[in-house]
Amino acid sequence: MWLYSFKRILLGILIIVVSVSLLYTMIHLVPGDPVKTVLGPRASPELQARIHEKMGLNDPLPVQVLNFLGNAATGDLGVDVFKNKPVSTIVFEQLHHTVFLVLAGIGWAMLLGIPLGCFSAIYRNSLADRITGVISVSCIAIPTFVVAIYSVLLFAVTLRWLPAIGAGDGETVRSYLIHLVLPAFSVGLGWVGYLARLVRASMLEVMGETHVRTARAFGLTERTIIFKYVLRLAILPTITLLGMGIGILISSAVFTEIVFSRPGIGRLIFDAVTSRNYPVVMGSVLVTTVLFVASTTAADLLNGLVDPRIHHRGHE
Amino acid sequence: MNPSNVLEIKGLSVEFSTERGRLPALRNVDLAVPAGAIVGVVGESGCGKSTMIHSIVRLLSPNGRVVSGSIHFEGSDLLGMTEPEMRSIRGDRISMVSQDPMISLNPVLSIGTQMVDIQYREKLDKSRKRARAVTMLQRVGIPDAAERLDDYPHQFSGGMRQRIAIAMALQAEPSLLIADEPTTALDATLEVQIIHRLQELQQSMGCSILFISHHLGVIAELCDLVVVMYGGEVVENGTVRDIFHRPMHPYTQKLIECDPARMVEITRVQPTIPGEVPDLARLPAGCIFSGRCHLAFGKCHDQPPALAGQDGGHRARCHLTDPGPGT
Repeated sequence: MWLYSFKRILLGILIIVVSVSLLYTMIHLVPGDPVKTVLGPRASPELQARIHEKMGLNDPLPVQVLNFLGNAATGDLGVDVFKNKPVSTIVFEQLHHTVFLVLAGIGWAMLLGIPLGCFSAIYRNSLADRITGVISVSCIAIPTFVVAIYSVLLFAVTLRWLPAIGAGDGETVRSYLIHLVLPAFSVGLGWVGYLARLVRASMLEVMGETHVRTARAFGLTERTIIFKYVLRLAILPTITLLGMGIGILISSAVFTEIVFSRPGIGRLIFDAVTSRNYPVVMGSVLVTTVLFVASTTAADLLNGLVDPRIHHRGHE
Repeated sequence: MNPSNVLEIKGLSVEFSTERGRLPALRNVDLAVPAGAIVGVVGESGCGKSTMIHSIVRLLSPNGRVVSGSIHFEGSDLLGMTEPEMRSIRGDRISMVSQDPMISLNPVLSIGTQMVDIQYREKLDKSRKRARAVTMLQRVGIPDAAERLDDYPHQFSGGMRQRIAIAMALQAEPSLLIADEPTTALDATLEVQIIHRLQELQQSMGCSILFISHHLGVIAELCDLVVVMYGGEVVENGTVRDIFHRPMHPYTQKLIECDPARMVEITRVQPTIPGEVPDLARLPAGCIFSGRCHLAFGKCHDQPPALAGQDGGHRARCHLTDPGPGT
């Protein structure tokens, strides 16, 4: 397990280095000069040259990439030229809002979706299973921002149960949580469907395997068979999906954040891209990439913990 | 039911409902396993061997259904039992070893966990249950059993896994062990070792074994009684001696001729029985083997023969050995 974890984490770091280098290069290729964006079109050529030099934009591209990675490794993500604040400060001011949103969204989706999937698999082809199926697929099909808009209309505007926008007054936990309800609902709804479908499919697959028949032939109770012998195997693809899902959501919660006017990393990237604030774009993309790799790596390590075949492979 | 029999199947018919209609996978099957005996069931793939054992433990796939017949085990009717009653018998009084040891154990639970779990009926603490599992693993010949109890199935070879499966099946000292081709997936030397181990254990525990195989050599070596199945029917049954020395049914005769171990001449061609196993959806009107039988005559094609011979002894389902009434 230790060797497997070490290898997997090393791979994660490699993925971060490669993807961030690619991103840096791609942003470099985008037409437009970041310096001109910052200084405006009427800045003097001397000033432009000085800022170019200061931002290190005169170095060859590979040197720039290496510098960026080296600085990032020490926690220095550069300086936001508009606000003259360190990018890391700006990113970390926003990051926790997104992380809470994603964890709350995925969290309630897991609590509902996984039991729903188990239920559908146990009572497969029953009326309840079919209804669950239709609802699940509908949940997957509705785009998150549509859910967000309609949930605001229903719960905030019409019923006035919950606040529509913002992340609370920042003073009480209660206010923060109340403001989290609708965004988390919108983010999670589709995932309820995904998880229910995936868990159902993998449960059914495992239930058809020979070792389950063996377990039945030993007279084990249905409860032991489902929750110990089947679910332990059937949960593996779900863990992988969740690892990816959390990673992807951290950078793609932007729709939800915009609809609910919530601060967050998605919103930060969106604003930075539209204002061509390149240091912030790079910094926040780097952080989301690291979080993506971290959550998929965590999922793989968890899978390794549940399924011993994964980490025994290759060094037996 | 005969009290000396542990298991007695009478007139068992099983159907599967499929897209092609109802497939009568078993028709009027009779079988008896006397206490302490090893009964072999032989037949080609698809002859209904597995369907029969799944009917006994009532673990047929959901589209399978027992149409008629009875299965008595230690005097009680298994088909009439409620599901909890049936579950109390599974793994305790009747246990099973399945064909492929690579897929018959749970891959994410250790051997020890699985062997402790199946002792859930015993009121022992966990360390006693683990000790019992170790003893059982030693009896089937797992080296360093105590150290390997927390290993997972994939850390054992195929032969070792099958030993573990046998240890699990015999742990509760059942009165009937059903072995579904337990050596088919193993190579020849391992097969012999496992068979001998099974024989030893059977003698020390005194259980009965229903041994399914298509390997005639193993059947001849291990079993006391033999049942030959073809196309979902029992075509012949008798003692090992009867079946191998005086086979009555042309199918049994052909099957023995085709056994590579019996060949006396050097040949490049493996003898086979020409033709194919009958399609269950379109069974012939007469004898099910008539289409492939080199001795088939007139009434073989339109009158199904009955299982006839000595009562409780050597019997065959063939018009040649049983002229039948009215002739």
